This record gives sequence, structure tokens and C-alpha cells, in this order.
Amino acid sequence: MIKATKGEKAFDFLNIIVLLLLGLCTLYPFMYVLTISLSTPAEAARVSLHFFPRAPTFEAYAKIVEHPMLWQAYGNTIIRTALGVVLVIIVLSMVAYPLSRRTFPHRKFITFLFVFSMLFSGGLIPSYLLIKQLYLIDTVWALVLPGAVSAFNVIILRNFFEAIPMEIIESARMDGARELTIFMRIMLPLSVPVLAVLSLWTAVGHWNAWFDALIYINDPAKQVLQLFLRRTVLENASLTPGETLLDPSHYTPETLKAATIMIVSLPILFVYPFIQRFFVKGIMLGSVKG
Amino acid sequence: MPQPAAALHDHREASTASRLWRSYKLHKSLIFMFLPGFLLFVLFHYVPLYGLLIAFKNYQLLEGVWASPWVGWEHFERLFTGPGFMDALRNTVIISLLKLVIVFPAPIVLALLLNEVRVLFFRKLIQTVSYLPHFFSWVILSGILFAFLSMDGGLNQLLKYFGFSPVSWLLYPKYFYGIVVVSDVWQSIGWGSIVYFAALSAIDPTLYDAGIVDGASRWQRIWYITVPSIMPTVIIMFLLGIGGFLSVGFDQIYNLMTPTTSNVAEILDTYVLRRLLSLDYSLGTAAGIFKSFVGLALVLIGNALVKWYDKDQGLW
Repeated sequence: MIKATKGEKAFDFLNIIVLLLLGLCTLYPFMYVLTISLSTPAEAARVSLHFFPRAPTFEAYAKIVEHPMLWQAYGNTIIRTALGVVLVIIVLSMVAYPLSRRTFPHRKFITFLFVFSMLFSGGLIPSYLLIKQLYLIDTVWALVLPGAVSAFNVIILRNFFEAIPMEIIESARMDGARELTIFMRIMLPLSVPVLAVLSLWTAVGHWNAWFDALIYINDPAKQVLQLFLRRTVLENASLTPGETLLDPSHYTPETLKAATIMIVSLPILFVYPFIQRFFVKGIMLGSVKG
Repeated sequence: MPQPAAALHDHREASTASRLWRSYKLHKSLIFMFLPGFLLFVLFHYVPLYGLLIAFKNYQLLEGVWASPWVGWEHFERLFTGPGFMDALRNTVIISLLKLVIVFPAPIVLALLLNEVRVLFFRKLIQTVSYLPHFFSWVILSGILFAFLSMDGGLNQLLKYFGFSPVSWLLYPKYFYGIVVVSDVWQSIGWGSIVYFAALSAIDPTLYDAGIVDGASRWQRIWYITVPSIMPTVIIMFLLGIGGFLSVGFDQIYNLMTPTTSNVAEILDTYVLRRLLSLDYSLGTAAGIFKSFVGLALVLIGNALVKWYDKDQGLW
């Protein structure tokens, strides 16, 4: 390695400063909300950067966990997430595996149908009318069925199956294994890593999904967590612009709102360090050309 | 000699049909495995395409798509002359151009900067932190931003700290696009950099060694080796993005908009949602078709242009 010049040293230094600033700017809003959620209303109103909680209190959390709608919404989100993941694993592998076999009839045409669906879709209103005509409004199926077989996931999983050497299938067949046995006993166990990535991907997607519930779910008892958050935090904040900001009582809900945000984000924050790696791996799977 | 040719054709037809039949029989169990999921896919991705017909009909809920009367291009005329659509289109194009110029290159710059970091631990740390916002929904992120940008929120505390007067950021239309662009960078820069960073790691290190031997400075190595090496990735990402030119981030904008900013925040997607809520299904679908066709056309044109320039690149 050639010795670094002055200019290069300055560049390295500047680079690190820029990246540090970027990291701080990314984290600060999260730290701010966390701090506010752990503060008393008076502490939250104090002029300060609120980067760390000074005297942590769970006052706001104690109040918000008493809200009955929160737990109902939590349950609904857990149900849709679990159901969505199970569906994706079963249905997706059943679609992707046959499509990975080079002799499968109409393979090219079917692949084209999948790819085309990524470029052109019916859009919001035709999809809504379909769900309505299938009588799926106000059911969890409206939230899990439409996304169960997405083109992107099919292509990723198909590519993975394709990469498994054909000899494995041939030799299994030689030993008298039927297609279903080959699929269940050989292909599925081999694809556990990629299925894990797709499941995590789907789980986070379902946990964060809100728009489908906004249009397909009218019954408040069936509402998902994200919309509970939207109603309590965003709509409250956006419905009364101006006046409330001057109102001293405005400070009280600020800590409550922050606590609600934290409670909704907690599951993701907990699993984030573990799943982050898997997600990056998933992106690499996706970048393999279809 | 038409007859023998026709006979030959018939013969070939019959043999393809029988070959197909044999193939079906051979793959019987695979087909049974395949069909449930495939039908689910067709139901939710292709049946709605049939529903697009209502843009050319006066859709009556009780009549269904097929029985509703045809009206030709009436809804499209209504779309372009009626209130709201042109404003939504203008806002969409403005936001999209802003994002194209600022949000699209941001992850490329981050990947380049990260690639120059030699301390592995520091690089991993910055990467892990920068991916974080990607894992949260825009409902959560907007909740955070509402708290952070409110009158007594973090940003204003910071301003007060340095002696500036606080601003109610989300209530003013003039700040809205700025907030949209900055928060989009916040959410997507780290995650978006993964693809470029992977492309950077794939560059043959001997190229750099050769560059060093030839006396290229670090800046020259970045400019003449690194940047050209990731150009194919940049082009692919650009083409994938250009199809969504008129999809400017519904989740983000819908959650960030307030009643006072709705005139600058109304985009095509929110326009369609409002038509759904006001039960004007045909008009909303017409707007959706317009959006989809522009997206498809942009991808096709973009891909053709790239191919015309260099036939080895592009999406297909």
C-alpha cells in the first residue's frame, strides 16, 4: 500500500465525520420519541434536546396499556401476520417449485404472466371491487390473500429451486420417490434459508401494513395496530392545527403519543438486530436476474 | 401447393397437441401442486385487470362490470377537465422530479462513502443504523416526524437551543416538499445503498492495483474505476424506479399531509383514493389507468433508450 497523502487523510477524516452525522441524524428522531415516551409531561415540555431520558418514568406507558382498543388491535395484527406468513410459505413454495422445473408445461408463458403483473396492475379501485364481490370485506382474508402469491417472491424462490442440482431429483426418482415426496422431503428442507428470509420479509410487511386495512376493514373491532396508531397519533395531530399548540393541555398527550408509537414499534425494534442480516441476504437473492 | 402444406400443418398441430397432453400427464402431480396458488395469483392480479373496463363504462354496482353501459372516453374527458386531477398530476410530477434528483442518487453517494471506510466496525455500525427506518411503516415514521417536527418537538428544541424561533413545520405548505424529500432520504438511503454496496464489493481489486501502479490518485480511482463499475446497477435501479414515476410514495405523503398542506400534498394516488371514498369508481379507475400506462410507457421507453445506447444493458 502506498502511503496516504495529506489530501487523502483529510478525505478519510471528512468521510467519517459525514457518515457519523448521517448516523446521528438517522437516530435522533427515534431517540427523541423514546425519550419523550419515558418523560413526565413537564419534563417533555422542558427546552432540551431530549436525546436521552433524564429521569425515566413509565407513566405514559401505564396509561396507554389500559386502552382496550390497543390490545384488540395488537391481536388483530398478530393474527394477520401469522396467517400471512403461513400462507406465503405453503402457497408460494407450491407455486415456485413446479415453475422451477424446466419441463413444466407453459413455463415461459406463466413466468411472463408473473413478470407482467409487476409492470401493470389493476390498481386500487378494481382490487377493492373484487374484494367486495368476494365478500371478503371485514375479514382477515382481505388482508392476507391478495399478497400471498406475489410475482417478486415467486421469482426469487423459483430461482433458488432452479439452482438445486437436477441430479438430486433424478436420483430420488430413481429410488422410487414420487413428486410430492421429492418436494416435501428434499426440496423444502433444502430451501429453509430462503423460506426464512421470505417469511421474515412477509412478517415485517404484515406488521407494518395499514392501507389495505384502511379500505377493507370497517369494523373497529377488527382494526389493525397501525391504524390504531394512525387514529390516535396522526389524525389527532392533524385534525386540530394551530390552536391546540398554544393550549397547555396539548403537552399531556405528547408523551402518550410517543408511548403509543414505541409500543407499536417495539416488536420490530426487538427483532431488528437479528433480522437485519437476513433482510440484506434477501436483497441479494432478489438481485439475481429473473 | 396449398394442400400438402396444410396437411403438414395439421399433422404438426396434432403432434404438438399430443405432446402437450403427454406433458400434462407427466407433470400431473406438479400441476395439482401448482394450481391453487396460481389461481390465487390470477384472481388477485389479473381479474382486477378485467375490472379496468369500468373506466369505459358507467359502472353500476348492482349490474356488475359486464352489464354496465359503455360510455367510451367520457370518464377520461371528465378526468382532464374536472377539478383536482390536473393539480394532483402537477404535484405528483413535482414531487417525483425532486425525488429523482435528490432521493435517487443519495444511496449511491452513501455506498461510495461507505466503500471508502477502512474500519470495518465503523462501516457496519453506520450501515446498521442507516437501515433502521426502512423497517418501520410510514404510519410509525410519520408519528415520529409529527412528534419531532411539532412546535415543541426535537427540531424546534434544537433551533431554540441556537437562538432561532420555532416553526410549526408540518402546517406550512411551503415546507411540505422539503419534508417529503428529506424524510424519504432518511427512510431509504441506507436500505437503498445495499444494492450499490454489493456492486462495489464485486469490483475486481486488481483494477485498483493497476490504477495505483499507473499513479491514479484516490479520487481518480473512484471516478474512473468505481463509478463506471457500478453504472450497470445504477441503470437497472433507474429503470426499475422510472416505472413508478407517478407513484411518488402514497404511504409517506398520505400520512404526512395535514389539512393545511392538502393542496400541495394531493397526488394521483390520493386522488384515486378520494374517488373510491366518494364512490366515483369509474373516474378513479380512469385515473389509475392513466397512471399505469404512463408508468409502463416510461419503463419501455427507458429500456429502449438504454438498449439503443448499449445493447448489453437494460432490464431485458
